[in-house]
Parts: sequence; structure tokens; C-alpha cells
Amino acid sequence: MIRYAARRLLQVVFVLFGVSIVVFLMLRLIPGDVVDLILGSEGTASPQQLAELRKLFGLDQPLYTQYLSWLGSLLQGDLGNSIRTGRPILPDLLDRLPLTVQLTSLAMFFSIIVAIPLGVMSSVMRNSKFDGVLRVGGLLGLSIPNFWIATMLILLVSRYGNGIFPTSGYVPLGRDPVASYKSLFLPALALAAPNVAILMRMTRSSMLEVLRHEYVVTARSKGLRNSAVILRHVLRNALIPVVTIAGVQVGYLLGGAIVIEQVFALPGVGTLILNGISHRDYPMVQAGTLLVAALFVMVNLVVDLLYSFLDPRIRYE
Amino acid sequence: MNSGSAPSSVAGTPEMLNGDSGRSKSHYHELLQRLRRDRLTTAGAAILAVVVIMAIFAPLIAPYSPLAQDPLHLFADPSRQHLLGTDDLGRDILSRIIWGSRASLYVGFVSVSIALLLGVSLGLIAGFYGRWLDTIIARGLDIVFAFPTILLALGIVGMLGPSLTNAMIAIGIVYTPVYARLTRAMTLAAKRREYVDAAIVMGARDARVLRRHILPNVTAPLIVQTSLSLSLAILTEASLSFLGLGAQPPDPSWGSMVNTGQRLIELSPWQAVFPGMAIALTVLGFNLVGDGLRDALDPRMRN
Repeated sequence: MIRYAARRLLQVVFVLFGVSIVVFLMLRLIPGDVVDLILGSEGTASPQQLAELRKLFGLDQPLYTQYLSWLGSLLQGDLGNSIRTGRPILPDLLDRLPLTVQLTSLAMFFSIIVAIPLGVMSSVMRNSKFDGVLRVGGLLGLSIPNFWIATMLILLVSRYGNGIFPTSGYVPLGRDPVASYKSLFLPALALAAPNVAILMRMTRSSMLEVLRHEYVVTARSKGLRNSAVILRHVLRNALIPVVTIAGVQVGYLLGGAIVIEQVFALPGVGTLILNGISHRDYPMVQAGTLLVAALFVMVNLVVDLLYSFLDPRIRYE
Repeated sequence: MNSGSAPSSVAGTPEMLNGDSGRSKSHYHELLQRLRRDRLTTAGAAILAVVVIMAIFAPLIAPYSPLAQDPLHLFADPSRQHLLGTDDLGRDILSRIIWGSRASLYVGFVSVSIALLLGVSLGLIAGFYGRWLDTIIARGLDIVFAFPTILLALGIVGMLGPSLTNAMIAIGIVYTPVYARLTRAMTLAAKRREYVDAAIVMGARDARVLRRHILPNVTAPLIVQTSLSLSLAILTEASLSFLGLGAQPPDPSWGSMVNTGQRLIELSPWQAVFPGMAIALTVLGFNLVGDGLRDALDPRMRN
């Protein structure tokens, strides 16, 4: 276990290092550089002044020197300053993080409580009408864009909902937990929808795979009730591959949250990144992207470790 | 596609379906038959046919110009004059949806082609040459996989500047690793076959071995993946356009239509409702065909 954990940890450090390089290079994609950006509209600076500014930002240094100094301040928790506000980025980012985490985890919760029972029923009633409806429903769920589901939810609730759930804005968890979860109910529902489809399909095919095994026949022939066979023997084993992709699913949800936050006017990390793009506040975009990717990598690490703890077979692969 | 040189074996054996030997006519016949028997796949293909025809013949089919404004009929409900109503500028929603299919399909095909070309090349190189090249490519892919796809696409478009072309580039990059990983795995499996050793011993150059002996083994899963990637690419394009980072106004694009419709939903729901349905149906078409292809090409996957 410890050896596996150590190997996995080393891998994560390597990936995070790679992620930092990609995010650093992202800023090189913009036409011109940061100095052009800051002076942008003015255009009165002389070439000498430009050169001096570039020197100030270290832009006259070779790329790897620039990267190392950027990484150095990154490791000290300095993500740079916003071009727009001039304030340090990290505190703003951390301010927005709880919302995104809460939204993502609520969506994950919704996905699980809906998808797994449906997947189990679908596999048990295989090839029935119910199964057929769920299969088409699953494919539809994969095909409908989450922002459109969000829009339709807003439309329905604002017309017929009598205001049971707010359709925009966020109440912080610390202020009023009930109102907070209420304010994220619709966004989490929209975010979860495609995920429900994926998880349900996974559960169904995994259940069918396990149902073929001999120990299922044995369990049945020793006179166990069907529900006991399904829940105790089949489901437990069928959930193993479903849990493995839970980490990947967090990635879909974090990505989807960026879009969903926008629809419901939620002040999360996604909104910060998108505002950064529209205000050409590139360091903000860079930092936000880095934070979300790092979060995704860390969640995957935790899932993998938990999983290897639960299922010893993984460790010896 | 029909290589002709390979000996035709009995149609429908599992080896054949996995693309082991060349494809005889009967193989494709069998495949087509199997696909046609599946009603869902047929439905998917029909949806796609309609969307493709819509895109190609947009100027002939669309009742109005997608840009023609009618200031007297803003936010009109569906009527005989405007089948799906009009938008905030009085433009015909149906016409804009028909023209918008071009953006969706165009971005979908171009970006998936980029991903396919890059990904398959990387995968073949990594799988075939192995060693340090493989290590570098595999580690590189791990890094790209560390980003949620939409986030990476957003980041790239955000830096390059919002436009349909940049969206295509970003989506192409984002879906490259899937192809690379798939191709690498299949190449590794194919490389161990005896006929590959035989070809190398006989002095075939690498390029020939890759093209004639390795690539045919990879095509079946690649076809399935492409259908699914197209659905994902179109969804991603729709999301980017919805966020204002894809097609720029006044060009019609389904994602940006939903965006405007969503902001003005109190005034009229139709501008948000119908383009969203168009996205969902098109993506559903690719998903249905992808599922059908997977079942038909690999019977073991069928439940």
C-alpha cells in the first residue's frame, strides 16, 4: 500500500510540474506580450520605455529563467497580480473556490443517488421496456448540452415554480446552509444531468458483466433471495469500475461548472476565469486554470488511493 | 477502403471483425446489415443525414436570410410566417438554425480531423518505437489529461482570442490525447503479432509496416471513437459559442443563439429552446451511430 501510494504521489508531482509548464506557456499564446497588453491602448511609450518595462517584468530573460522565477513565486503562494485590479490573484481565487467545490460535490451527490439505482434496475430488467427507455434516456442525457438544461430549468422554475428555488445568485454556506444549498440546487441539477447518463450506463454494463459470473449462480442456488443476490453480491462488485471513473467525473463536473456558474450568475472560479478572458486579464485566466487543473489532479489522487485501499488488486498491477 | 489484396476469409468471424485481415466485400455487407437491423442506429443515421443536408443546402432550404432583420416582428412566437418564431432582432429562428448547422458540423469535422491526425501519429510513434519516445509521449498525454477538456479549450481560446477558427484549434488539441492513447494501445498489441515480425524480417521499411500492418488493426476502434469524438466536439463548440468564445455575432451558431435566448428568456423562450434542441438532436445522432458502430464492429461489447 505504502509503495503504491509513494509511486502514485511521485506521478502526481510530475504531472503537476507538467501542468505548471503548460499553464506557463499558455500566456505565450497571446498576440504580443504582457507589456503590449498593459500599454495597449495608449501607444505613446517609446521603444526605450517598452524595453525597460520588459526588463522590469523579466521578459528580456530566456524562457526557462522566466519559468523558474514564475515557478518560484508560485511555490511561495504568489500567483501574480491581476492586470485589471492590480490586486494579488490568490486571495480572490480562494474566495471563489468554496462555491465551485460545493457546486461540484452537490452535483456528484445528485449523479450518484440517481444514476446507480437506475443503472441497477435497468440491468436487472434487461431488455424490458423500462430498460429501453432508460437506454435512450441515457443517450439523450449525453447529448443535451448542460447550459441548455440549465436554461430550461430557469425557464420552468421562473414560470411555474413560484420561486421555490432561486434562479440566480449564491448564498454562502457560512451565512445560511439551507439557503446556500437551495441557491445551488438548480445549478447542480443541470450540471449533474450528463453525468447521470454516464454513470447509469457504466453501472448497467458493469452489473451485466458481474451477473454472468458463477458466484452469482451459486448465490442463487443456495436459495438467497434475488434482492440479496443483487445488492450483496452483484452490486458490490459491479461498483468497483464505477468508482474508478468517479475521479474522471470530477473533471467533467469542474469543467461543466465553469459554464453553469455563468448561466446562474454564481461568483465561482469559473466566472472568475471567464471574466478574466473577457477583460483580457491573462494572469487571472492562467491562475484559475492552474487551480482547477491542480484540484482535478489532487481529487484523482485521493480517489485512486481510497480505491486501492478498498480493492487490494489494484496495488499489484 | 477495400484492400482487395488480402485473402477473404469467412465473413463474420471475430478475428475479421477486429480488423485482423483485409476487408472483403462480404464483411462490409454483413456490417451494414447488422447496422441496419438496429433501429436506433438507423434513427441516428437519419438524424445526421437531415443535419448534413441542412448544412449543405442551407441557402436553398432556409426560408429567410439568417441575417435579415424584421424590426416589426421582434420576439415573435412560432407562426405560419416564422415556423420557429423570431429572435431579439426579428431574425427568423428556423433560418438561423439551418445556417447554424454549418458552424457546428464544420467545427466538429475540422477539429476532430486535427485530433485524429495528431493523435494517431503520436500513438503510432509511441507504440511502435517504444522506449524513450514512448515515455515522453505517454507522460505528455498524462499532463494534457490533467486538464478538464472544456477548461483547456477555454484557456487556449481565451489566449488566442475568441473566434471560430481558434475554437477549432483548441478543440482539436483537447481531443488529441484520446486518439493517441487508443492508437498507442492498439499498436502495442498489433506489434506483437507474428506477421509484423515477418514483415520487418523481410526488410519492409517502418513506414510500410505501420501503414500496411499496424494501421489496419487500429481502424475499427478509431471509427467508433471518431463518431463519439464528433459528438463531444460539437458539444464543446456549442459550449464555447455559448460563452461567446466561438462564432462571433452576427454569424449564426447554435450555442450563441442559446446564450442570447437565455439572457432574454423573460421576453421570449423560443430563441433559447429551439437551437438547444438542434444541438441535442445532432449530438444524439452521432452518439446513436457511435453506439451502433461499436456493437457492430465488436460483438463482444454488446449487452
